[in-house]
Amino acid sequence: MQDTTDTEAVTAMDSDGNFASSAGKQLGLYALYAFLGLSVLIYVLSVAAGNSGGVVSGGAIDVERNSITIVLSEEPPQLDSTRSTDAVSFVVLAHTMEGLIAYDNNDQLAPGVAERWEINDDGATFWIREEAKWSDGQPVTAHDFEFAWRRVLDPATASEYAFILYPIKNAEAVNRGDLPKEMIGVRAVSDRLLEVEFERPTPYFDKLAAFNTYYPLREDFFANANGRYGADADMLLSNGPYVVTEWIHGSSMLWEKNPYYWNDQKGFLDEIVTAYITHDVNAKLNLFKDGQIVETSLVAPMLPTAMEQRWQIDRFMDGTLFFLEFNHRDNRLTDNWNFRRALQLAQEPSELVYKVMKEASYLPAQSLFPVWIQGVKDTFRKEYPAPEHKMDVEKAREHLELARQELGLEEFPPIVLLSGDSNLSLAAGEYYQELYKQNLGLELRIDAQIFKQRLAKMTSGEFDLVMAGWGPDYFDALTFGDLFASWNLNNRGHYRSEEMDRLVRIGRSELDAKKRMDAFGDIQQLIHEDVVIIPMYERGISFVVDPRLKGFKRRSVGPDVDYSYAYIDISED
Amino acid sequence: MWVYVLKRLLQGIVTVWFIATATFFAMHNVPGDPLLNDRAVSEAIRTNLEAKYGLDQPIGTQYFIYLSNLVKGDFGISFTQENREVNDIIREHFPISAILGVLAVVFAAAGGILFGALTAIYRNRLPDYFIMLLVILGISVPSFVIAALSQLTLVTLNNAVGATILPVAGWGTILHMLVPALVLGLGTMAYLTRLMRSSMLEVVNSDYVRTAKSKGVPPARIFTKHQLRNAILPVITVLGPSIAAITTGGFVVELVFAIPGLGRYFVQAVQQLDYTVIMGTTVFYGAFLVFMVILVDLLYGFIDPRVRLEK
Repeated sequence: MQDTTDTEAVTAMDSDGNFASSAGKQLGLYALYAFLGLSVLIYVLSVAAGNSGGVVSGGAIDVERNSITIVLSEEPPQLDSTRSTDAVSFVVLAHTMEGLIAYDNNDQLAPGVAERWEINDDGATFWIREEAKWSDGQPVTAHDFEFAWRRVLDPATASEYAFILYPIKNAEAVNRGDLPKEMIGVRAVSDRLLEVEFERPTPYFDKLAAFNTYYPLREDFFANANGRYGADADMLLSNGPYVVTEWIHGSSMLWEKNPYYWNDQKGFLDEIVTAYITHDVNAKLNLFKDGQIVETSLVAPMLPTAMEQRWQIDRFMDGTLFFLEFNHRDNRLTDNWNFRRALQLAQEPSELVYKVMKEASYLPAQSLFPVWIQGVKDTFRKEYPAPEHKMDVEKAREHLELARQELGLEEFPPIVLLSGDSNLSLAAGEYYQELYKQNLGLELRIDAQIFKQRLAKMTSGEFDLVMAGWGPDYFDALTFGDLFASWNLNNRGHYRSEEMDRLVRIGRSELDAKKRMDAFGDIQQLIHEDVVIIPMYERGISFVVDPRLKGFKRRSVGPDVDYSYAYIDISED
Repeated sequence: MWVYVLKRLLQGIVTVWFIATATFFAMHNVPGDPLLNDRAVSEAIRTNLEAKYGLDQPIGTQYFIYLSNLVKGDFGISFTQENREVNDIIREHFPISAILGVLAVVFAAAGGILFGALTAIYRNRLPDYFIMLLVILGISVPSFVIAALSQLTLVTLNNAVGATILPVAGWGTILHMLVPALVLGLGTMAYLTRLMRSSMLEVVNSDYVRTAKSKGVPPARIFTKHQLRNAILPVITVLGPSIAAITTGGFVVELVFAIPGLGRYFVQAVQQLDYTVIMGTTVFYGAFLVFMVILVDLLYGFIDPRVRLEK
């Protein structure tokens, strides 16, 4: 068969060529049909897609409409402020809602819905301002706060952030279902006067009152939403500078200026369009390059591109501290102080940050308290310098030998380092693996898990060391300071110390600011001396903003990105 | 014919039930806990959450509650998108994946058939070598690379022209769909080209083509009636599963081009152990795939008279 075709091919070359050319022509004709057919199909599809499309965006900045376009990293999962827990929802809510107290653009507390307030050792009083209005024009009243807080603590709501209201009298008991919700220590005396009773003295309550879970909620609107409050644009009621007027799920949102908002020092833009939802950092960079969004974060490999484009690169500390947490449970090697001390002495955070992670905005961590925490008058770091740490392999080996004798071991078994599955965590894990092998002859086994699995293992204690992170909830040292109290459920390494508990109690209830900060200073020292954790790094983020947008803010505490003070300025400077 | 259809549909339902059951138990045996979050919650809050999602029931009870809801067509409420029903998520986002998928499949089929026929006509000549090189690239380069590269090309193009010719990402107009659909269909297009080429080459040397030639049938007619029509059958066979695969496999493309399709929810639900969304999307996609396979089998009977469905 093969032979015949080969010989035929020689003789029939000519006719084959003819055939190919006319078949080719025919094919060309079909290609044309296909093209025409495709065009029709595309037209039909575009009509079909018309109603599922997004909000139309006029590029990063639309000067005429006084509007900007931004990207969100995911669809906001929960816009009911009494239940939301995630960063993206917090960003949206920070623009559409306002609590009793707010933060100004210098991270200082500023009056929000409350025009003034008083905090005593047994409670707090808030005076609601008359001009505060909901987005339908009705006034914001003390009852709206009473209703919201009762809802947060109602067991049926199943709010994960309910604990942040526990300083209020009876809050915990109500949340547990032991008391009816009318027993919560919050009372609207009149429309404009809100009284709060404390469970214990809470000098930092003003900072708590700025948190998302403390936002107001109006009862009649909530009841009318019929269990769908926060699910769609028309199921939201706002009292902040912006209102969500359009929301196409997974695709886009439109925030428009709230005409009833009282504060003329906030909300300068007429529109904020969130036209894109993706967490792909490269896609965001491309959108920024193309002039479609006003701001984007940069990761290390993008910095050369950014410099090539001559963009002005900014950076900020996003507030999160990462650290190696030891498992302090009784049966673990890491329960031994000499062992922990050896691991502490054999490492150096700056080596990790500068040589391994190479993220320009990261900072080697020196303490449980990040650099941006406030002290009494100045920053906490200036008033209470971080404990001194120096890498000392000799001394580390001595401590390791002591640990070996104390534990009665011939040789150390491999220790388990639980880590996340991102490239950065894996790089850090490998760094520690190599470091402890070389310096101490210890074998580290890396157990990389995705988020929920890692949390499950942390909670059940299946690790010796874990790479953990902690971000702040409120602008006070306590948000880090109480992390290792014996009753704190986030103390997943089960560190237990009476001294620590005593200091945390002072930290949360002492009314004298100096004595209170002294307690945090002592906590910082105790963490270092008892080697509760090994601080790794503080996360920072490099980002670029369209130069025409001014007043844009990224925060360590509160909403990650904040456009509420942002405005467009097209004058060249 | 109708008996056959009924039999296939019943088989399909059993398959979907099996998918649902297997996913349900696999999901509950994955280590980790859907209710765990950054902030640890007290026993009280935890109990409240479990009660809300019905996780306080024994697993057998949960399974039967789940099955009875499934029969009613109710997939429940998402764990992470706490205000949204899984039905709403599927209803709002599947059409977008479907539109993108249909366009991608049409690109793939049209391109595959045309290029496949072209390479067969010009076999072992320059167009053949060139297209087959592209085909190998299309099959071996993963879609996230192609997606990222094509997006970068768009940015560069727009920058060079100084205006937005094609949008870099997003969804809404036909211009938003073209590049993502092309990227999404590229792998399938390459695969279909190869399939079409080999199937054409088989036909070219067949007896009936030679007979037609010797009878003096015009070449264009031989090409259409005898070659193309016969060679296209295998392509149609794989088209059904391809539609399902493309429509369900758009995760990367949807992420890169910020398209609000269902693929994203499908993948993220697994990462976040969002039980209800995992179940909803898996069962939905499973049923979709089963349906497409049945549909193609039935269509085959119409296209090829040699296939009879009466058994």
